[in-house]
Amino acid sequence: MREFVTSAVTVVTVYGNDFTTPEQQPSEPQRIGQQPTGPAPGGDEPAAFRALLAGDDRVEPRDEMPEGYRRTLVRQIAQHAHSEIMGMQPEGNWISRAPSLRRKAILMAKVQDEAGHGLYLYAAAETLGVDRADLLDQLHSGRQKYSSIFNYPTLTWADVGAIGWLVDGAAIVNQVPLCRCSYGPYARAMVRVCKEESFHQRQGFEILHTLSHGSDAQKSMAQDAVNRYWWPSLMMFGPPDDDSPNSAQSMAWGIKRFSNDDLRQRFIDMTVPQAEALGLSLPDDAIAWNEERGHYDFTPVDFTELFEVIRGNGPCNEQRLSHRVRAHEDGAWVREAAAAYAAKHAAPAKESVA
Amino acid sequence: MSPEPLWEVFIRSRRGLSHVHVGSLHAADAEMALRNARDLYTRRREGVSIWVVPAAAIEASSPDEKDSFFDPAVDKVYRHPTFYDVPEGVEHL
Repeated sequence: MREFVTSAVTVVTVYGNDFTTPEQQPSEPQRIGQQPTGPAPGGDEPAAFRALLAGDDRVEPRDEMPEGYRRTLVRQIAQHAHSEIMGMQPEGNWISRAPSLRRKAILMAKVQDEAGHGLYLYAAAETLGVDRADLLDQLHSGRQKYSSIFNYPTLTWADVGAIGWLVDGAAIVNQVPLCRCSYGPYARAMVRVCKEESFHQRQGFEILHTLSHGSDAQKSMAQDAVNRYWWPSLMMFGPPDDDSPNSAQSMAWGIKRFSNDDLRQRFIDMTVPQAEALGLSLPDDAIAWNEERGHYDFTPVDFTELFEVIRGNGPCNEQRLSHRVRAHEDGAWVREAAAAYAAKHAAPAKESVA
Repeated sequence: MSPEPLWEVFIRSRRGLSHVHVGSLHAADAEMALRNARDLYTRRREGVSIWVVPAAAIEASSPDEKDSFFDPAVDKVYRHPTFYDVPEGVEHL
């Protein structure tokens, strides 16, 4: 079976999106999905697989599938799972400092949800024949990535609100179409995830709304957080369509349903009125309603910064990864203890059932 | 290989008649699997009963045999109630 994606290509997921930095893109002969007509490598695809896609049916774990499809999904779902796990850190940073007990309880529930999302997604990835422990090793050794957004620091309490409103809002726009992804286990995991992300987005909005209607200091704190998180949130949708080599193939395979630019526009159209309701401004003077297009115009995103973050040069890359690796290593003896306990009790447990 | 085996999780919802597969998770033993399933899949009152089953204990039918395996025998149409003629005017049958 032909492979469409080389394993040497490092990609980063943006919460279930999938893209590369310019120098990481595959060389021309391997560049996929650039063909103008549909899934060009169709000749190598099993007929049953093509029939499933054509009928808009779901591909299930035991169905035959092209190796490229399987690998793309493993990478995308794993990196999506990694993002959920790594995303616990920036917000976890504020749990002990949340300004009220109510806010603190909500934040803990949210971070617990993120852990759950990671687990649903690792389970979905494992249906493709990979092992969670291996995926985590790849995260820890830097061979697999996580969303660039979590390499930004949370400097104030308002950042927790901005992450909920903008980052989780962008994630929802990305993820809702994934509920109809061609791979059944991923689609089903996304249905659960999306329901819970709505809670996250609303609680973020509420935090910012409270701050922007509070004291001057609170309002300026909220505005500062929005200013810092706006552009990184837009970058979560990935590079422009003409510079996104994985997108066309992912769309042909039914993994991705809309282009990066379409989703980014949808997010902006949704967010501008919400910013007005918050009484906060977005840090882009070019934002204006375009009657003709029926969309908001905005300044094109400068992706230089995104690619720097993906390369590992973001503000918190080092800190986030070393924290994760340390937690894993320091927890090794606990995992060993649990395994020893399970082994010791396995035999008597069987007898008591009988 | 992960030291924690994979478990499949089935949940019967509040008004559900049967347990429905909701996902899977890793846990060292059945008790931890149950506790984690409680935390993971019933945070919002989704269920009232949980089954966990080691994934290794499940045998699945093969998609390759889907057609032959599930094809109902066409010569057994008498399995369907519509096969039987009912005289005109007979009710509640």
